[in-house]
Order: sequence, then C-alpha cells, then structure tokens
Amino acid sequence: MTNSTSIESMHFEFDGHRHPAAFTPVLVGVVGSGNLEVMVEPAAHDRCSVGIETSARGFEAIWAAVVRDFHERHHLAGVTVSVNDMGATPAVVSLRLDQAVAGLKVAP
Amino acid sequence: MDRTWNHRAQNRQARLARAADTLGTRLRGKRVETGAVVDLLHAVIESGDRVCLEGNNQKQADFLAKALVQVDPERVHDLHMVQSVLALPEHLDVFDLGIASKLDFSFSGPQGGRLASLVSQGQIHIGAIHTYLELFARYFVDLTPRVSLIAAHSSDADGNLYTGPNTEDTPAIVEATAFSGGLVIAQVNEIVDHVPRVDVPAGWVDFVVQAPRPNVIEPLFTRDPAQISEIQVLMAMMAIKGLYAEYGVQRLNHGIGFDTAAIELLLPTYGESLGLKGKICQHWALNPHPALIPAIEAGWVQSIHSFGSELGMEDYIRARSDVFFTGPDGSLRSNRAFSQAAGHYACDLFIGSTLQMDLAGNSSTATLGRITGFGGAPNMGSDARGRRHASPAWLKAGAQAREGLTGARGTPRGQKLVVQMVETFREHMQPAFVERLDAWTLAEQAGMALPPIMVYGDDVTHVLTEEGIANLLLCRTDEEREQAIRGVAGYTPVGLGRDRRMVENLRDRGVIRRAADLGIDQRDATRNLLAARSMRDLVRASGGLYQPPARFRNW
Repeated sequence: MTNSTSIESMHFEFDGHRHPAAFTPVLVGVVGSGNLEVMVEPAAHDRCSVGIETSARGFEAIWAAVVRDFHERHHLAGVTVSVNDMGATPAVVSLRLDQAVAGLKVAP
Repeated sequence: MDRTWNHRAQNRQARLARAADTLGTRLRGKRVETGAVVDLLHAVIESGDRVCLEGNNQKQADFLAKALVQVDPERVHDLHMVQSVLALPEHLDVFDLGIASKLDFSFSGPQGGRLASLVSQGQIHIGAIHTYLELFARYFVDLTPRVSLIAAHSSDADGNLYTGPNTEDTPAIVEATAFSGGLVIAQVNEIVDHVPRVDVPAGWVDFVVQAPRPNVIEPLFTRDPAQISEIQVLMAMMAIKGLYAEYGVQRLNHGIGFDTAAIELLLPTYGESLGLKGKICQHWALNPHPALIPAIEAGWVQSIHSFGSELGMEDYIRARSDVFFTGPDGSLRSNRAFSQAAGHYACDLFIGSTLQMDLAGNSSTATLGRITGFGGAPNMGSDARGRRHASPAWLKAGAQAREGLTGARGTPRGQKLVVQMVETFREHMQPAFVERLDAWTLAEQAGMALPPIMVYGDDVTHVLTEEGIANLLLCRTDEEREQAIRGVAGYTPVGLGRDRRMVENLRDRGVIRRAADLGIDQRDATRNLLAARSMRDLVRASGGLYQPPARFRNW
C-alpha cells in the first residue's frame, strides 16, 4: 500500500450471534512492513466491533469488504477486534483475522 | 542472362579480406588482438546488416557490445538487431547513437523503461516482440544474422569454442549465421591449449577475441527463501494439491519467481506428507534453480534440462550428473532452443506469473511506460497443437476442455496445463486483475499490429491466487470464464465486481476451488513448511556444493 506519514482510522460494527466462551485476549501477527497485528478481546456487547489503524490511506472500500467477509465467515458476537496495519495486502489481513479467531471456542 | 549464385560467399570473402587488410599483424589465424576489436567491426559489418549481439537472460557478450557502440555511425548505420534479450545499456545505446535502427527481440528486462521511451521517440522501429522459439526459427527463415557477436568461455588456438554451462542461445545463433554466409565473432574469457569439450567447431567461427574481463553472467533464477511469504506458501500448497496431484503432473516447467520457488521448497515437506513422491514432478525443463536442491536431495527429481545455468550451481550440477545434462567434462551444457522445445512439446504443465490479467484470461507483462517482453512464457505457456504423445495429465486436461463438444473440436486430444499463479495485488497495491490490459494502449501508441499479450487467455487452463483455483477448462461460456476469474480476483475492483451467486454456483461445480475445498487449512500455511528458509539452508542441503553469489550471502 502507499506510504504515508499519517495514520488512517476506521471502525466497523456488525450484529453477531456466535458468542465465544470466556477467553483471554488473543494477539497474532507483527507490526512491520507489509504485515499487521490483530488483537481480539471479549466485549460486553452482542456485536463484532472492528477498529483499524492503518499506515496506508485510501483503501477504506477494500477494508470494508475484507471485514464484511470476515464477519460472514464467523458471525462473532461480543468481541472487539483491533488491527494495527503496516500496508498488508487483503490476503494477509484475512489470514491474520482467521488466525486470531482460530483459538476461540465458539458455540455453533 | 547469367546469374551469380554465390553472392553471399563472395561478400563474405570480401569482408574477410577487409579484416585481414585492416588488422594486419593484429590478426593471427582467427585470433584478433583485444585492442583491435573496433577496427574489426568496422571492417566486417556493413550498413543495413542484420546483426545478432548475444544477450540472453544470463550470459552477455558484453565486451563485444561495448565495442559495437564505438563504431562510427557515419560508416556503420541502420543495423537491424536480432537478439533474444536487451539486458545491457549498450543494447539500446546502439539505437541512441544512430548505429542501429530496427529491432527484433524477445525480452528486455532491466531496459524495459528506456526501451518504451526510445520507441515513443521513434528511435527504434520494433519488428516484433517474439517468443524465443519464434525468434530462433526466424533466424533460419527470414531474420538470418549476417554478423553474430557471441560469448564463449574459452577457445583453443584453432578457434574451437567451449561455452561452459551457459551454452544458452549460442548454438542457434552460430548455426544460422555460419551456414548462411555470415560471420561469427566470439569473445572468450581465456585462450587455452585444449578446450574441455568443443561446443562450437572452429570451422564455424571466423574471429576470436579475448575479452579483458570474463563475460557478465546474471544469477537470474536465485530466490532467497527468506523472502517467501505465508501467502506464497498457501498458494504453493494449493498448486501441489489442487493441480499437481489432481492431474498427476510429471513433466513441467516453472517460471521465475518466489511463487514457484515456494512450490519447489514444499515438495520434500508438504508434498511428502501427501504421499506424492514419485507421483509428481520427476522431469523438468528448468534452469538450475537453487530452490530445487532440497527436492533433488530427497530423491524427487529424475531429470532437469536447462535453458541456461545459474551462478554458484556449477559444482552442485557436476556432482549430480544423473539429474542434469552434463558432458564428459562434467559441466552442464544448456541450450535455450532445445529447452524451449522441450517445454513446448514435452512438458505437461507450465506455471508462471504475470503483471496483468484480463477477464478473458489474457495476460501481459508489457505495461504502460515499461515494455519488458515475455521471456519464455509465450512458448512454455501455450498449448503445442502438433503434440502427439499422451500422458495422464495431458489427457485429463484435454478431456475436461472437450467434454460435450462434437465434430472437429470434440475429437479426442490432450492439452497442456497452463497455470497463471498470481497474488491478487502486486506491490504498491496494484491489482493484478484488470478490465483492460495496458497492452491495448501500448499497441495503439506504438502502432503495433497486435496488443503485446504474453500468454493468450485461450491457452490458460487455471488461474491460481491466494483465494483459490479457477479451472478455466471447465468453463463453457465467456461469461462463466469471466466469473471464474472474478471469483479468484480477491478484493481487486475486478474481484469485487463478481456476481456472488454465479461464483458460488461455479464453486459448487468445482470450477472454483478454495483452499478449504481442497482440504487445506490456510492457517497451516506457515514458513515452517519450507524445506529451506534461508540461503544458508540451501547451501547446507547441497552439502556445501552450492556456492551462492556474494550478494546472497547474508550470514
């Protein structure tokens, strides 16, 4: 993604229906060029709340599609997902999001 | 009316006589003093000549290239350059200086940007961007070189040449030139009493000049495993399980790149775990990729024929003569024309990459502001319609493509598997999938008869991205093909423009297969699966026989 000195912030909210069992926050990935870190924490609401801080500006439509597809795969409820991105491609973003969720025990 | 039937031979004798006159004692037998090379070129090249200046992917006749740009454009001009690769600045300087005006070539690599600019200024008239085999073929029909400037490793006193492992284009160039009244001038690194083997007989060589430095060789096929990403590992897993195992591919070629290096490095790990050893990938038309060392050592590979060699692989190749095509002297003899022919007719699968692909599956690396040419991809990435010998992979691809067809199109025959393996976004978030190739605009700008398409869509059988595999053999309409490509185009505008219902339908039919459909958990795609994760690992796997060039030694 393009380099920029300033960070762009985005926020997405979805209604979910799959509550994970109680879990301690999960962190995957690293903050480095072409990569990102994803943290998933329990939250006291029924939504899947996703916050993104990215160094690459101008890709909100792609983030919206990536996060929408992520939610359609998992339908998580009661979680907050935080993303710190350093220019990862959508493929890497999706991989990290799925890796972060992989450890959660979710009722079907 | 009498006609002269040996005009070419007479002209050749005249050129040789001029060289003898001009050089005097600086010419002994075929040997030309190093400092006399520009005078030699003035004596033997005539304006308007077709000239081949050997420049390949790796080996360069760089000393002769530097000499050619020193000729006087008042005396020698309007040359027609016919050569594989434009790699050195001198390959374009001859046009800038007014020495040459017309160009037929295959690949321009590092000179791609400058070539585009010279073409737009009208300083170069391009005949065509050829496939290698097409260019070599035309050497024997209507683009025969009058003078060829070639590179060899060594010469003996008579002028017998040893090319070393990088024989590459030399046989095709010399054969066409020497047997049509042309002149062959060779630069060599050294002059020896006895060459290890005669790659070019002295009778086909007119002049030999020792270069002050060994000819330039580029390690073009070395990929540092440390730079292979998890996404590339995932794509390699899909290639092995969803394509190589699916079709039982035994004979194949890999393009250059990290995507295919990842496949090579997964064979002895992931491939082994799937029980595929001996069932896939035993015969290769391939440069000696260092990334293949672990698979060779693990006994996966029976044979490798190469287009050229690779720096640092010489001792390893010598020690693995059951696998590589080495001579009695122990060194590799590569041959670009033969290896291209092998890839075209004998391989069941080609897997390569591209910069742009459109909705019909046409792909090109010729983009606006940069004309890089295509290398071997158009030959390797096309279906050889003259092929007759059957193999399971070839038959299965042909059967899938012809299912339900009747008449001539339904007549049973096989088809080569041609796979384009691309991440949906390239660097700087440039989408690899586009509605319209830049090639169309380039064709308009440069007045070309055809857009410079690298691999035609109707030759492409599969598109592999991080999102899955689209099997175009199973598409029955243009609309299905378009949606199959959109269905693996990820979050590019082309991918986001998919008809989701139709893509799901294609997935149900197995036209699109995602990692999960292949039984691959994408979280298993980690760098731990690579048989070597660094250059050092490759050296270790080779038992210390592989000696990477200094720039790759990072430990």
